[in-house]
Amino acid sequence: MASSYDYDDGLYDSRPYPSSAGGQQGGDLGYDPNFVPDSVKTFVVHLYRYIREKNVYEILQMYEGSFQRLSERMFRDSPWPSVEAVAPYVDNDHVFCLLYREMWFRHVYARLSPTGRQRVDSWDNYCSLFSVVLHGVVNMQLPILWLWDMVDEFVYQFQSYCQYRAKLKNKTEEELQLLKQYDQAWNVYGVLNYLQALVEKSMIIQILEREKEGLEQFTATDGYDYQGGSNVLKMLGYYSMIGLLRVHCLLGDYHTGLKCLAPIDISQQGVYTTVIGSHIFTIYHYGFANLMLRRYVEATREFNKILLYILKFKQYHQKSPQFDQILKKNEQMYALLAICLSLCPQTKFIEENVSAQLKEKYNDKMLKMQRFDDEAYAVFDELFSYACPKFITPSAPALEEPLINYNQDAYRLQLKLFLYEVKQQQLLAGVRNYLKLYSTISIAKLATYMEVDEATLRTILMTYKHKMHAVDSDGKIICNSDLDFHIIDDIIHVIDPKARKLHGDYFLRQILKFEEIIAELDRVKLD
Amino acid sequence: MGRELQQQVSFTVEQLVAVNPYNPDILADLENYVNEQVLSQTYNLDANLCLLRLYQFEPQRMSIQIVERILIKALMAMPAQDFSLCLFLIPEQVQMEERFKTLIVLSHYLETSRFHQFWEEAAKNRHILEVIPGFEQAIQAYAIHVLTLTYQKVPRPVLAEAINVEGLSLDKFLEYQAANNGWVLEKGSSRTQLVVLPRNEFNHPELRKNTADGIPLEHVTRIFPVLV
Repeated sequence: MASSYDYDDGLYDSRPYPSSAGGQQGGDLGYDPNFVPDSVKTFVVHLYRYIREKNVYEILQMYEGSFQRLSERMFRDSPWPSVEAVAPYVDNDHVFCLLYREMWFRHVYARLSPTGRQRVDSWDNYCSLFSVVLHGVVNMQLPILWLWDMVDEFVYQFQSYCQYRAKLKNKTEEELQLLKQYDQAWNVYGVLNYLQALVEKSMIIQILEREKEGLEQFTATDGYDYQGGSNVLKMLGYYSMIGLLRVHCLLGDYHTGLKCLAPIDISQQGVYTTVIGSHIFTIYHYGFANLMLRRYVEATREFNKILLYILKFKQYHQKSPQFDQILKKNEQMYALLAICLSLCPQTKFIEENVSAQLKEKYNDKMLKMQRFDDEAYAVFDELFSYACPKFITPSAPALEEPLINYNQDAYRLQLKLFLYEVKQQQLLAGVRNYLKLYSTISIAKLATYMEVDEATLRTILMTYKHKMHAVDSDGKIICNSDLDFHIIDDIIHVIDPKARKLHGDYFLRQILKFEEIIAELDRVKLD
Repeated sequence: MGRELQQQVSFTVEQLVAVNPYNPDILADLENYVNEQVLSQTYNLDANLCLLRLYQFEPQRMSIQIVERILIKALMAMPAQDFSLCLFLIPEQVQMEERFKTLIVLSHYLETSRFHQFWEEAAKNRHILEVIPGFEQAIQAYAIHVLTLTYQKVPRPVLAEAINVEGLSLDKFLEYQAANNGWVLEKGSSRTQLVVLPRNEFNHPELRKNTADGIPLEHVTRIFPVLV
């Protein structure tokens, strides 16, 4: 597990770069942007053809397979050939070149370290690409994995740029000049408006609505268009809803983020579950937003589902370039689940395999957190810092002296407010432990046990009720706690605290398990 | 005529927030809308969050006074968590201002049901709070909400402290509630009055719809192949 306080993702940190001209990389390795190896020639020619033929299967093979293999073999430490060198092989097709450039930049971000110039150029490329798509002139079918990767990368590069831009202390004069000159690059208005425009122009919200009434096929066709049309705008619009959720979480606006995601029904399978990356990112941000909104039950429930899913299916994705990301998000969500359960203990929504994993990773830490002493806050801090999104400061940097690094400001604010909330819940664990032991108890007696006066105890009890009853998005009050009580005059009446065993669920699971075992045994041939 | 124009403005603002929220040009409209919410005792979380976001994007355009008003309105929206939602969007240095520190303290007292301390602190800061009509009633409504979650029967002194009303005013208040909201007054154990609050699923467990033991149909369908 990466060190929990390592807020800066080392791999994507912009290393101090020799400020050579023209954004050339790996100069000492002899990278020539104009040299196009034969394998690349073949690659682009074929890819271009398949895109024109709308052969989605082949496109996917090339995108997922060939591109990764070539990158691994030939471009481990250098970028792919420049788009200008490649363009003649693909009829100088404008859209193809934009797509190629998008992949080109993504490769640089993944394997190398982008310079300031490259970051700005990548922004320009996205602007051109999205403009073309928004004008409705793109008539292609692309694998939805590719389209997800585009939106995912777009948001990622935005986040990365905000981090880059906020670290002013060690920047060279040249880099600062660049920032000043291209102050519109990756500006937050642009990013949000492109995502919003994709959502609107694609009419994806209306499509999803109509689908509910059976008037439209979208989920059934996995986002592809079998009537000869294009799926690019539709899918970009769909994924942009998730993109908006992510950006809003990065800004600290959880309420609006969840609103942006609302058209997607996450209690069901949908197109968002088809690509595992999109599934995981959606639930991760959904769960995190709910955690910050004190809707612990909802967060717990969704984390449990996705963690179970990852447990079952991660072996199938070992070769995927996303595998590391999947594992990282997996670990982060266990941490968030540990936090949720420490603030709001549940037994109901955790499946046993997930529970076992959770105990293995975080049992000690959860026990510590539930004590709510000083050590507990340190653990809350540690887990939150490890698992939270990389919050950003969206405003433009102040480029005058003194130059400071302020990339951690946004994170520090969210952490502070989170710990503040945890502190307010400090006395609730104590109350819970006592109430578990009684069916009725007078206020006076409980006050003596807890060593507080009666008035204070009354406030603690009311705080418990208030914190455990969150207001959901429709304004309804929902109870998060499995332990509840009410007070008549000065006697507390506790509602049966015994965790109800879910016999039905238990029997169902055992029946299925035994069926599996019987089937296994049937297969055994005795010699 | 004036009111018609006013209504036209708020209608447009809501539309703006829904259709074109990431737009620096609507900042002035949103600020006016905040003032309007204050005057007409209405409230719109989405519009206010939109404005706070714009302030986040362009900190030099932030108006401390408007932010203060948004925060007070958010406080009045309790038990909804709007106050923290707003704080998430306000930079730390800004939150260090005196008037915001006061509001954060007030919010803390309300979050931890320390009503006595809340009303004390509020009295010391009348000048901030009196600007917003409806503040007192909103907090009293929140206090009653928390009491109703917690108590079936609450002693009169506890109620009095929570809503900061005593003596004859409290009598009048209780009469009004008894007539309109089904409150009942009883004699308590130690000769204090008991106020019986309306029944709901939070203070009367038997009213809670119990779905815990239900098994969703999809789970049962999993074993149909086995049963056949």
